[in-house]
Amino acid sequence: MNNTKPSFDVDQVARIIEQHKNRPGALLPILHGIQDELSFIPSEVLPVVAKQLNLSRAEVHGVVSFYHHFRTSPPGRNIVQICRAEPCQAMGSRNLEAHAKQSLGIDFNQTSIDREFTLLPVYCLGNCACSPAVRIGDVVYGNVDIDTFDQLMHEHSAVAVEVK
Amino acid sequence: MSTSATKVFVPRDTTACSLGADDIAKKAKQIIDSEQLELNLVRNGSRGLYWLEPMLEIETSLGRIAFGPVDEESVDTILRSHCWELLTEFDSILNIELPHFLGLTEEISYLKNQQRICFSRVGIIEATSIEDYNAHGGFVGLTVALEMQASAIVKSVVDSGLRGRGGAAFPTGIKWQTVLDAEAEEKFIVCNADEGDSGTFSDRMLMESDPYSLIEGMIIAGLAVGARRGYIYLREEYPLALKILNEAIELAGDAGVLGENILSSGKVFILEVRLAAGAYICGEETSLLESLEGKRGEIRPKPPLPAIKGLFGKPTVINNVISLASVPGILANGADAYQAYGVGRSRGTLPFQLAGNIKYAGLVELAFGASLNTLLHDFGGGTRTGGPIRAVQVGGPLGAYLPENQWHTPLDYEEFMKIDAMLGHGGIVVFDSSVNMSEQARFSMEFCSIESCGKCTPCRIGSVRGVEVIDKIRSGIDVEENTVLLQDLCATMVDGSLCAMGGLTPYPVRSALQHFPEDFHVKADSL
Repeated sequence: MNNTKPSFDVDQVARIIEQHKNRPGALLPILHGIQDELSFIPSEVLPVVAKQLNLSRAEVHGVVSFYHHFRTSPPGRNIVQICRAEPCQAMGSRNLEAHAKQSLGIDFNQTSIDREFTLLPVYCLGNCACSPAVRIGDVVYGNVDIDTFDQLMHEHSAVAVEVK
Repeated sequence: MSTSATKVFVPRDTTACSLGADDIAKKAKQIIDSEQLELNLVRNGSRGLYWLEPMLEIETSLGRIAFGPVDEESVDTILRSHCWELLTEFDSILNIELPHFLGLTEEISYLKNQQRICFSRVGIIEATSIEDYNAHGGFVGLTVALEMQASAIVKSVVDSGLRGRGGAAFPTGIKWQTVLDAEAEEKFIVCNADEGDSGTFSDRMLMESDPYSLIEGMIIAGLAVGARRGYIYLREEYPLALKILNEAIELAGDAGVLGENILSSGKVFILEVRLAAGAYICGEETSLLESLEGKRGEIRPKPPLPAIKGLFGKPTVINNVISLASVPGILANGADAYQAYGVGRSRGTLPFQLAGNIKYAGLVELAFGASLNTLLHDFGGGTRTGGPIRAVQVGGPLGAYLPENQWHTPLDYEEFMKIDAMLGHGGIVVFDSSVNMSEQARFSMEFCSIESCGKCTPCRIGSVRGVEVIDKIRSGIDVEENTVLLQDLCATMVDGSLCAMGGLTPYPVRSALQHFPEDFHVKADSL
C-alpha cells in the first residue's frame, strides 16, 4: 500500500495546503486551491489535507461532499453549466436543458465520451436579465437559445462536431 | 493617450459581457488606435438597462450620450463619425443620425424615473478607480464616521430605518447595536455576498460596478462595532465579481483606506474575500458562518444570535451587500435624508431586479411604496415574448407567485407579508401564459430537496415528499386527497423547519395552488 504511487503531485498539494493552512477556516480555501490546480479533488488527497488541519478524514470528506462545486473525479475539458432557475425557466431553459443532454449524449453531472464536455446544472448565474444563461469555464453567456448553444459547443470543442 | 482625451465607456459587467461587451471594447480600442482618435476607453459598470447592452457611451459637453445595443459594425460607424465633437448645444443632439443612438444617457426614461441612491455611481465610474470613486462622493461617509463615536455611528444607521436587504429585512442598526454592546476581544464584519436567489443580481452589479462602496460600508461597520477584520463571503458563480473585488481590495490597501491605518486615523480594518462553493443554503447567515469556518454549511439553531456568538464564536455583524453599501451614503448625507424615502416601516430604496420573461429587464432602484404594476408595465414593458404576463415570482425561489389581482400591492415589506408574499432581495421574475404553475410548484420542492442542508427533517424529507405528492397530483392520482396532503406537508414545513429554506419553500407552492388551481386540475372551491 505504501509503495503505491499517488495519482497526484504530492509536492504541489503540499504547497497549496502550506499556502492556506494558517488562515482561519482554511479548509475551503485549500479545497478551492486543489481543485483549481488539479481540476478535481482526488480522494487520496483527503487524508493528506485532514492530517495537516488536524481533522479526521471523515470531516474533510463531509465538507467535500456537501458543496456542489467540489468534485472528486476529473471533469471534461470544458465545464458547461446550464442555469435551471426560474428566470431561465421563464425563457425556455427546460427545452435548452433537454437539447443539451440529447446533443451531448449525457445527463447532468456526466462527461461526454470524448471527454470534451462535463454538463452541470447551476441555480442562478445572476444573469437573469438575459435568460437563458450558460457558463463555460469562467465565461457567462446570455440569451442562449438552442442554436447559440450548438454554436458554443462547436466553438469550444477540439473535436469537430457536426452542427445540425 | 492623453488624459484630457474624450472618454468612451464600454461596461465590464457579467451581463454586458455575456452579450459581447468585451468584444465591443476590443473593437473600440482597435479603431481608436488605428485611427489615432483622441478617445480614452474606460470600462465602467453597467447602467443596468440590460436590453440595451452592450451599451457604448461617449462623454460630451452636454453629458454622456449612449448607443445600444451596439455590434462591432455600429461601433465602427459611431467612432469614425466624430459625433461628440459636434455636440455643443442641446438641439444638435437631434441631428445625430447614427445606429442605435439613444440620446443623453441620463434622459433615458428607465433611468431618469429611478431613485438611485445606493446605485448612484453604478455604471458611471470605472469600478476599481479610487480617483473616480473619490470624485463621485466616495469615502465621505467614512471620513464623517472616523470623527464620530461608535455609538453615534450605530445611532445614525438605526435612525435611517435601514433594514437588511438580503431578504429578511431585520433592522440593520439593531444588529449593529447588539454587536457593539457585546464585550469581546475580537469581533467580525461579514458580508453575505452569496446572492443565490434566482432572479436577483443587484449584489453582483454593485460589487462589479462600485466595489468601494461595499468596502467603505464594511469599514464603517467595523468602526461602529469595534471589529478590525472583515470577510466578504462571495458565491463561486460570480467569477468577475471575485476578480474586481480582489483588485479593489488591493488598491484600497495601497491607497491607505484599508489596512493598519485607515486614512491616517490609526484605526485598523483588514478585509478579504472568501469563495463559497455552490451551496444555496450558505446564503442563510448561520450556515454561511459554518462555511467560513471551513465546515459543512449546515445551519445553526438560533439563539445564540450571530451578533452574540458568530464567526469563530465571536460577536459578528453579518449583512447583505446592499445593506452595507447603503451605509456610506447614510453617514455622508444623514439618516434623515435616507429615511425620507419610502413608506411605513420600509424606509429608503430597494434596487429591484426585473428578470425572466420581461421586455426591459434590468435594475430599477426605487423608494418603497410604488406598486408592482409600475415595475412590470411602466418600467418592464410587459413580457419579452409579447403575450400577457400570467404570474410573477417576487423575492427569489422562496417567494410567492402572484397573480394579476395582486400586482397593485405596494412594494413594502409589510404589505407583501399581508398577502403571504415577500419582497426579499427584490428579485422579480416574470412568466407568460406558457408557464405551468404545478410544474413551478414541483420545482420549488425539488430545489429545496437539492439544496437542503439536511439538518432538520421537515426540510430534508418534506421537500422530497413534496415532489412526490405534486407528481401524483400532476398525474391526476387522487387529486383531492393529495392536495390535502400537500397542504398538510406545507404547514409542517413552515412550522417545523429550523430556517427559512424549509420554512419558506411552501410559499411558492401554496401560492401556485391557491391562485392557479386550474394547473393542478383542482377546483378552486375545494381548496
